Amino acid sequence: MDSSQLLGITTFTYMLSTVLYIAILVFKTPRLGGIATLFTALAWFVQTAGLVMRWIESYQLGIGHAPLTNMYESVVFFAWTIILLYLLIEWKFKTKIIGAFAVPFAFLAMAYASFSTDLDKTINPLIPALQSNWLIAHVVTCFVGYASFAVAAALGIMYLLKNKSTASGNASAALSSRFPSPVVIDDIIHKTMVFGFIWLSGGIITGAVWANSAWGTYWSWDPKETWSLITWFFYAIILHSRYTRGWSGKKIAVLAIFGFLSVLFTYYGVNFLLSGLHSYGSS
Amino acid sequence: MIIFNQLWNFFSSVKLAIFTLCALAGTSIVGTIIPQGESTSFYVQNFGRETAHFFQILDIPNMYYSWWFLGLLGILSTNLIVCSLDRFPAVWKIIKADNLAIEPERIEKMANFNKWEFGTDKLNHIDLAQLLKQNGWHAQSKKIDSNELFFCQKGRWSRTGVYIVHLSILLIFTGAIIGHIWGFKGSVMIPEMSSTQKVFAFKEGEALELGFTVRCNSFAIEFYNNGMPKEYKSSLTIIEQDQEVLTRDIEVNSPLTYKGITFYQSSYQGYQDFILSITENSSGESKVFTLPFQKQMIWEGKDLHFGIVNAEAVGQRVVRAKVWFKSGDSPASIEWLNDNVNTTFTSGAKEYTLAVKQMYATGLQVAKDPGVWVVYIGCGLMLLGLYVAFFRSHQRIWLFKKNGSSTPQLWLSGSTNKNKMAFTQVFEKLKNRIEHAVQR
Ligand code: HEM
Repeated sequence: MDSSQLLGITTFTYMLSTVLYIAILVFKTPRLGGIATLFTALAWFVQTAGLVMRWIESYQLGIGHAPLTNMYESVVFFAWTIILLYLLIEWKFKTKIIGAFAVPFAFLAMAYASFSTDLDKTINPLIPALQSNWLIAHVVTCFVGYASFAVAAALGIMYLLKNKSTASGNASAALSSRFPSPVVIDDIIHKTMVFGFIWLSGGIITGAVWANSAWGTYWSWDPKETWSLITWFFYAIILHSRYTRGWSGKKIAVLAIFGFLSVLFTYYGVNFLLSGLHSYGSS
Repeated sequence: MIIFNQLWNFFSSVKLAIFTLCALAGTSIVGTIIPQGESTSFYVQNFGRETAHFFQILDIPNMYYSWWFLGLLGILSTNLIVCSLDRFPAVWKIIKADNLAIEPERIEKMANFNKWEFGTDKLNHIDLAQLLKQNGWHAQSKKIDSNELFFCQKGRWSRTGVYIVHLSILLIFTGAIIGHIWGFKGSVMIPEMSSTQKVFAFKEGEALELGFTVRCNSFAIEFYNNGMPKEYKSSLTIIEQDQEVLTRDIEVNSPLTYKGITFYQSSYQGYQDFILSITENSSGESKVFTLPFQKQMIWEGKDLHFGIVNAEAVGQRVVRAKVWFKSGDSPASIEWLNDNVNTTFTSGAKEYTLAVKQMYATGLQVAKDPGVWVVYIGCGLMLLGLYVAFFRSHQRIWLFKKNGSSTPQLWLSGSTNKNKMAFTQVFEKLKNRIEHAVQR
């Protein structure tokens, strides 16, 4: 078994998990719950094994670096983190419904990583500038942040669905009656956003420290850096409007979705639409 | 005075903070779309004369250092300072408050409250302070007439969390300003075996005196099998008043700092010249020469003549060189030497060890930034402050033993400044423990 097979299996099992979680939601079959969780956890272990294999393979090629150094690897790690966070939330808040919203994000990320032709999947050696432990710290912190924002956005969509159906009382009301209460969803949105904010702050900081150790400049306003700062400002605005202006519920749910769009642009849009120091990420 | 108050209110408002943050986020987008720091002609070419002129007026080509962007940062800083000065005293008062001075009526009105009534005086047999302590709450207590009030709290310092975050932002700005005023950024190319006392500033290209000399002893590149560069490495020596003070290898991501000035390996340049080192094996004497391509040189006093007659390159990189070598009157020998590998030559009665390599210049980025530690402390404080602000809370518990009326009562109440759901669980648990202990 090599890493690409393991990661391929992961993609399909995440698809199955997605289907299972949606089935729980649509067909009201809570008995599937245990299976869905078990399946997702298994897929996550397979993915972990895949990442470890890829790490080992890089050593066998005489390159030797953690599998966190290009766009492909970061998308895989992003999916891995989403599932890890989701499983923690499922365990902590004892609800499986969120899975129908969060797990698809991980599946889509893996599908994109596996099938897109934009991404180079080979294990490449690192140019000198990338050979730094700060790179690993930087990628890990950023992607834990991004993954929490993804989960916050998934919860935001869930909140809006719930809100819409309780307001209008239409057919989807039956579906969303099984969602956690709006107060609980709102609380988890806030918690995931706060968690993401700390990690994003850490991501920006580790990036700055790394740049300083490689080039002697901790901040150079290149497009990627600037977009991460814009995203950071955006979440700071959300936190302040919530904390000091009492915003909650629908407004925050919408902002959580927009925040994630900003994350996506920082992560993906900048590499393909704008140019800068971080252009290595597009390989 | 009225104006002062108005200004104070303006700058302490969170509305202004939200406005400024939105403005910063929004305008920052501009500089990610319009390339920064290009020449005037670049903008004229890409955007037309009129637009380019408009850009010039608004400083768009350098927007992150423009008056209006720095102005926004200034407003943000003022906002942070005034807002903190405005609010912190109240927070300090809560941190330092004497919570035993509370009016009993307020205990009754808290979100988490429970009241027990007892027919007998069995309350007196229970050590309430001990009971609280067993549950992780260290109590202060006070007698009020025949009643007794207990108070416990956790995490009161967590109230400073947001102020630490806000302070950290100011620190980061301060560090950036210090670096801007007392630091510089520049670069320099030093050929191997040469030295320099100056570097060239990025901004205006002006020469900056280092105050000491840096010599590049050697430069080396390693490659992966696929030809990608693996590592650039330079050996640098710092020289002060003709004394060698320090010699160190630097690599990308592993710079050298001397007297606050840091040298970063950033690029290199290959030359057509060669570096030849010759060792006379019998005496151990050795010397290094810089050789232009196809030019004869002499080691005076040893009567050695030598030169590079041919070379083979892959791309810009020389992989081997053909060396012509002659000692005194003995016949010359010619041999291909691999780049930077020791080879023994016999000429006349003596043996020599030769190594030849292509000559490079090392490209260094040179920076002095006395503010960077302030920035790093700011960053550390920010993470600490965020952790405290988000994950710690100030939890307070009051327990009031009321003996005055005919039936003795026990009041328990608690409050927290955030994460109310989690606190309610903590409160319920404590309530059950107390109930259990008292009922026994
Ligand atoms: C990029 C800049 C800023 C960051 C990263 C930041 C960060 C934070 C954080 C993390 C919190 C805690 C929120 C919570 O507990 O949910 C907070 C609260 C707060 N911030 Fe900021 N802040 C920034 C700028 C400002 C500015 C300019 C002001 C000026 C008025 C401000 C005023 C406040 C206030 C009043 C609170 C609530 C404090 C309290 O009463 O506990 N912030 N901020």
